[in-house]
Amino acid sequence: MSNASKTMAQQSFIGFFLSAGCDNFPQALKRSFVAALWFAFLTFPIMVIRVNTIEKTVAWHWDRMAYIALAVFFGSFVWRWLLARKELKKDESKEESRVESLLTKVQSNTVLKLIALGAFALVAAAFPQVFNLYQTNIMVSCLVYIVLGLGLNIVVGLAGLLDLGYVAFYAVGAYAYALCNMHWGIGFWYMLPIGAVLGALLGIILGFPVLRLRGDYLAIVTLGFGEIIRLVLENWGDVTMGPSGISGIDRPALFGMKIGVIGSTQYMYYIMLGLLVFTIFCVNRLQNSRIGRAWLALREDEIACQAMGIDKMKTKLMAFSLGATWAGMAGVVFAAKTSFINPASFTFWESAIILSIVVIGGMGSIRGVIAGAIILILLPEYLRDFAEFRMLLFGAIMVLVMVFRPQGLISAKRKIYHYTVSKTASAGNE
Amino acid sequence: MEYFLELFLGGLTRGSIYALIALGYTMVYGIIELINFAHGEIYMIGAFTGLIVAGLLTMLGFPGIAILAIAMVCAIVWAAAYGYTIEKVAYRPLRGAPRLSPLISAIGMSIFLQNYVMLAQTSDFLPFPELIPEFGFMKSMGSIMSSSELVIILATISSCVGLTLFIKFTKLGKAMRATAQNRKMAMLVGINVDMVISATFIIGSSLAAVGGVLIASHIGQINYYIGFIAGIKAFTAAVLGGIGSIPGAMLGALVLGLTEAFATGYVSSDYEDVFAFCLLVLILIFRPSGIMGKEKTQKV
Repeated sequence: MSNASKTMAQQSFIGFFLSAGCDNFPQALKRSFVAALWFAFLTFPIMVIRVNTIEKTVAWHWDRMAYIALAVFFGSFVWRWLLARKELKKDESKEESRVESLLTKVQSNTVLKLIALGAFALVAAAFPQVFNLYQTNIMVSCLVYIVLGLGLNIVVGLAGLLDLGYVAFYAVGAYAYALCNMHWGIGFWYMLPIGAVLGALLGIILGFPVLRLRGDYLAIVTLGFGEIIRLVLENWGDVTMGPSGISGIDRPALFGMKIGVIGSTQYMYYIMLGLLVFTIFCVNRLQNSRIGRAWLALREDEIACQAMGIDKMKTKLMAFSLGATWAGMAGVVFAAKTSFINPASFTFWESAIILSIVVIGGMGSIRGVIAGAIILILLPEYLRDFAEFRMLLFGAIMVLVMVFRPQGLISAKRKIYHYTVSKTASAGNE
Repeated sequence: MEYFLELFLGGLTRGSIYALIALGYTMVYGIIELINFAHGEIYMIGAFTGLIVAGLLTMLGFPGIAILAIAMVCAIVWAAAYGYTIEKVAYRPLRGAPRLSPLISAIGMSIFLQNYVMLAQTSDFLPFPELIPEFGFMKSMGSIMSSSELVIILATISSCVGLTLFIKFTKLGKAMRATAQNRKMAMLVGINVDMVISATFIIGSSLAAVGGVLIASHIGQINYYIGFIAGIKAFTAAVLGGIGSIPGAMLGALVLGLTEAFATGYVSSDYEDVFAFCLLVLILIFRPSGIMGKEKTQKV
């Protein structure tokens, strides 16, 4: 009996999948065929023909056209199915995914939560001892991106201000440490807080004029600022050493001791881990604070928020400068880690990567941003063969996530206050 | 004086190209209030298609003018096809979503297209054949203005005039204006809004392709990255003139092109892009509605 109903369900699933968004299967087939033909035409000049105008040769890649047509033919079924499913689920969009409900289960149970946290802490602490230098190095850069993601998450996820020039603050932190270290030999531990303060200051200076702008204008202006900072770093050769960058930046010393390359990488890892824990703690506390709730309100509806007596400018500036604070700190760590920086590390693409971490992970969700950074930074490192497809995939995933799962991998959970309405009150309402 | 004239004409050429791209931005923004981040990439794809077709035809031994015409037509066709497809894939499913969603989707599309062209073609600079011939009557002016500059300026003027007439007098142009004013109301009076939006993307993309082929032929080289900076500058031009306004976009592009030309000519060429960005920031701060834009109050 149950078996029969299962096959029934399966059949209807297959039927639904094959003809989603269409009247019947033949129509779906026809639409997929048309889509395949259209994309074959669309990609024809750029994918198939490669002209070498100097040697006067032409290379034809007809095989690519076949791949594209096939991929689009099958992909269009999935596309329509996903669209139809999204349409169906519109009413029950509050429903959690399986991973999310598992996470909630773990979090609501104190024992399970402690076990999970303990396991995480153990793995994180043992990581550099177990794995080699290369792995540790990758992990350090992953941690840097998590911190950057969490910082940008304050601006984009919580306050809803799309900042496309986040890398500017990161660059300022890195260059501040590099220059101070080169000229005056100031150490890492002094510069970490200074970098944070510089980031925050720059956030306020940049934020003050631009935060009056509406969402999409803000995006463009921050992008412009990011590019201005990079161009200045590149062209102001007397101070920043121009495109060749600054090398020989000191790594942090452990109580004045000089430690070797392996030691310093491990040390760097633990510093980053500490910074990450500090960041998570701060962002978590901020989220539930008065200012955090003001950010959420501002994100949802600016006018209603102002009507509730929230100072729009102050709240936005707080978000902008707090986000920049972490970028400044991460910049100092980055300069100390690589001991060489140049303007090429701070292009728009860096901003785009950090933004995609936040968007794909889930805007406003700490766990989501961590998951996003781990997936987006670690996966390309281990899938070296696909390294050149990395940015292509980032772009495609950004579009797909926005179309099909706008809340990201792990969506942010809003605090819900449960009211128990007394019987008399509800009776009175009726 | 001759230096001044040279800079002026160079600025005019730059401004013309920005105008061709900015029109696409401003039309799309006027209708669906979206900054189409991928628009710069359409311009780049137009240039690449032009290069590929021109390269093929040169090897087949076609005459110069025929190459220019065919390459231009192909670039327009494919760029329009890309514009149409991008709207359908990345923006249409997001209609009615929060404002940030289509914008992030557009950024994703822009990243995707750049890398797609880089992987399918090359990441190096490609030499672009000189498609625009040297005219005999331009010889006397050779030191201040080349024939390709003349062609670019004339092509832009005719495109702009054509577009203005199109928007003003055709049925589709009327439908576009109606949709821009109030999309729901336009639907109610029987305008196929989806079709109008697609048409907007197609027209904007075609103009960008014209700009792409012309500037590539003028400068003589292209790579996959040209769309990014050009896109931002054209957007600056659109904002400068007042986004959503077509004559505004043309005026803004002209102002931006001239500013850049004089700033690089008299101040320093190292900071070429910085001037454009500074202008953008200053305008958005002091006059966000642009030169010809209307002050709009935000509705609840």
